[in-house]
Amino acid sequence: MKMQNKYIKIFLIGIYFAFVLCSFMFGFEQGKQIGHNFISFSIGMLKILPCAFILIGLFEVWVKKEKVEKHLGKDSGIAGYIWIILLAGTTVGGLYVAFPVASSLFKKGAKLSIIFTYIGAAAICRIPMTIFEASFLGIKFSLIRLIISIPLVILSSVLLGKYLEKNNYKIVTQNQS
Amino acid sequence: MYYLYLITGLALLLSVITDRKKTTAAIKISYKKFVNILPAFLIMLIFVSLVLFFVPDKMISNYLGNNDKITGIALASLFGSITLMPGFIAYPLCGILLEKGVSYMVLAAFSTTLMMVGILTYPIEKEYFGIKVTIIRNVISLVIALIIALAIGIFYGELL
Repeated sequence: MKMQNKYIKIFLIGIYFAFVLCSFMFGFEQGKQIGHNFISFSIGMLKILPCAFILIGLFEVWVKKEKVEKHLGKDSGIAGYIWIILLAGTTVGGLYVAFPVASSLFKKGAKLSIIFTYIGAAAICRIPMTIFEASFLGIKFSLIRLIISIPLVILSSVLLGKYLEKNNYKIVTQNQS
Repeated sequence: MYYLYLITGLALLLSVITDRKKTTAAIKISYKKFVNILPAFLIMLIFVSLVLFFVPDKMISNYLGNNDKITGIALASLFGSITLMPGFIAYPLCGILLEKGVSYMVLAAFSTTLMMVGILTYPIEKEYFGIKVTIIRNVISLVIALIIALAIGIFYGELL
């Protein structure tokens, strides 16, 4: 069954690329537009992803598990949340970078509530993004948004973390080597 | 953007100087992780290219500009959830919408769901977190976005 799914996926991806390629060959405008969207987003991500994954690799090799456990693990207090929000503020890209980082943090022994706080904060507290937001929508807008969203993110992460810990939930950490 | 390259370069350099073997191990980990998640990224990019075609910026600004508050927030959260845009496109768009008279409340719903709720990033998120937790996290994020929109509405006096 799983195998079959995989083939269907590859088949659909093949159709997509065949469609885009034909659109470019025969000048089908709508298809070309879709192709342009694909290319511009791919370039945007390829500018960020290699750096992000290199930093993740360095993090896994150099940062000791005990360190992460002490500051972001089960016995970490409020300071853990402050650290993780600061880390989230400097995350680049968006959620698609935050997910692999979260998986590495889990592998190193960070607790679930901290990890979900990281993901939420990486979505809404990234510093460059917030500056952008403030310049187009006003500082008042950004401040209200941050002041209201951060406690909500922490609260929901603590609840979700507690619930999942009870169920012995684990985040997938690829390559165990 | 450039500070990312700078920091990565410096970190890599420092790592090589300190321990060449460990650095090689790190690069191997990076490569493996990257390759493992690449199929999910490919699927996401395909979805992004299709959604941006069927839901272009023009359509978003048309729909958000001409509605009452409740419909505006509902549509804004829908558009924010199903699309994906980098900040340097999303916020200028918000700025244009603001000049067109779209309320702060609607823009808060749009920009927050855009950043927090990821239907397009679902293929990646589920690889790490599993289907169930991915859905729970996105629902929670949607609720948070709606609360933020309401709060912004109250502070800007747009709600009543």
